[in-house]
Amino acid sequence: MNISMFDILGPIMIGPSSSHTAGAQRLGKAMYNMIADKELTSVHFMLHGSFHLTLRGHGTDRALVGGVLGMNAYDPNLKNSLEIAKERGVEVSFEGADLGDVHPNTVRILAHTSDGQIASLMGSSIGGGNIEITEINGTAAKISGKYPAAIINHFDRLGIISHITSILAINQINIATVLNSRDATGKHAVTMIETEAPITDMVKRELESMTAVKNVVTMDRID
Amino acid sequence: MYFSAKEMLAQLEGTDKRICDLVIANEIELYNTDRETIFSKLEERYQIMYNSAHDALEKEIRSLSGLTGGSARKMWEYLQRGSMICDNTIIRGAAYALSCLEVNASMGLIVAAPTAGACGILPGSLLTVAEKYDIPHQQVLEALATASGIGQLIVKKATVSGAEGGCQAECGSAASMAAAAITEMLGGTAAQAFDAAAIAMQNIMGLVCDPVAGLVEMPCAKRNASGVANALVSADLALSGIFSEIPFDEVVEAMYKVGKSLPSTLRETALGGIATTPTALAMKEKIYGKQDAASGCTGNCSSCSGCN
Repeated sequence: MNISMFDILGPIMIGPSSSHTAGAQRLGKAMYNMIADKELTSVHFMLHGSFHLTLRGHGTDRALVGGVLGMNAYDPNLKNSLEIAKERGVEVSFEGADLGDVHPNTVRILAHTSDGQIASLMGSSIGGGNIEITEINGTAAKISGKYPAAIINHFDRLGIISHITSILAINQINIATVLNSRDATGKHAVTMIETEAPITDMVKRELESMTAVKNVVTMDRID
Repeated sequence: MYFSAKEMLAQLEGTDKRICDLVIANEIELYNTDRETIFSKLEERYQIMYNSAHDALEKEIRSLSGLTGGSARKMWEYLQRGSMICDNTIIRGAAYALSCLEVNASMGLIVAAPTAGACGILPGSLLTVAEKYDIPHQQVLEALATASGIGQLIVKKATVSGAEGGCQAECGSAASMAAAAITEMLGGTAAQAFDAAAIAMQNIMGLVCDPVAGLVEMPCAKRNASGVANALVSADLALSGIFSEIPFDEVVEAMYKVGKSLPSTLRETALGGIATTPTALAMKEKIYGKQDAASGCTGNCSSCSGCN
């Protein structure tokens, strides 16, 4: 496992807690990256375990909301994110929940956008500001946020993974990690790729244009 | 690549390179970066550490909860009055550490090193020693790199999370990192630096994480202040020629095992230690209201082992 010297000397962050503030901000930011250009109307947070207990004391609530509004870990506006959300007309709500056999610091985020869609993700703050996204729109995932990522829902077809990776290669996008799983031969499958370069809208459309591909969610690096 | 102190020492054997050189070379190789970028990032972090270590010295910064604040200023004024028991170096370091924690608790900007709860120990220790010996700035940045190397080993083999390993994993790790950094910065060998790190960690073995009202305030700030003392004494022990009979890698493993055997009540749940003293519970009630405070229970039984 690679650990950068800046994983130790960092993150540069607004306190008080790397797990419950910085990590929370990044989980919120994952949702911000997911909904990208869409307009957020309301966001609901379901918090598990110690995450819920630290909601106010560690500024977890402010950090989650700040992240969803697009703030970075070192943005002083994190402190006032709840007021800022109100000013922008974004409704915010929190509840404690039992999310199952998950890391103690886990949250499910449900974001409603003005086009009537709901985006959902589930992720954990695993320490030192690091996160792991474990579910995207109901599909199991394993995204660290250290790289840009694409989650491709498709039918299992001969050669499809090769086709997907060729599109990336032709566009000079090097793959860092790739994870694939499927329900059964020929049935629903999901391929999750973390890349070294951002996945542009053009590449995303190219991936979506494949007949066997149902949809593609892309996410910038989560800062 | 390195996964242990033993490996690092082997890689340094017969060379005139230091731990920081190995860390920087490793970073360049694994992350496709260069010296200039690395030192620019170290400088950025140094500035934030410096600022957070000084911001609360002359003005009182109160925490979000209102429970704490003003200790860094008291320590700083005490230092100016000049009649301390400990020498200037330690008291100044302690004041810096307290300032970092007060900035942190007021949702100010800090560098987690390795965590926010322990963010005062490395800056406090390093800044005060650098000031004492008027160490050239470049060497101070290199010392940060040394510290990060020790932290990398601890993350690889153990944990730096209070929820997983108790305060020994956070403040212990930070003190280990600082002790090694100071030792190497003052000309100690890599072996001495690892011994200093091992000693600092041994001194804190078993320390629990028992935050009052679950906040990163009490006893966190004062533990950072004493963490500076731990780091400085450990560096002195190593530089005097005293060895750590138990090697660093084994001490880290021991810390990990001790951490895992700590009950969850003593691992950042505020369900044990000073967090459940009458005074602490009264403070918790004042902040969160009567019902929440009484049990800390949210009714999510499967996510909590508070009743065990």
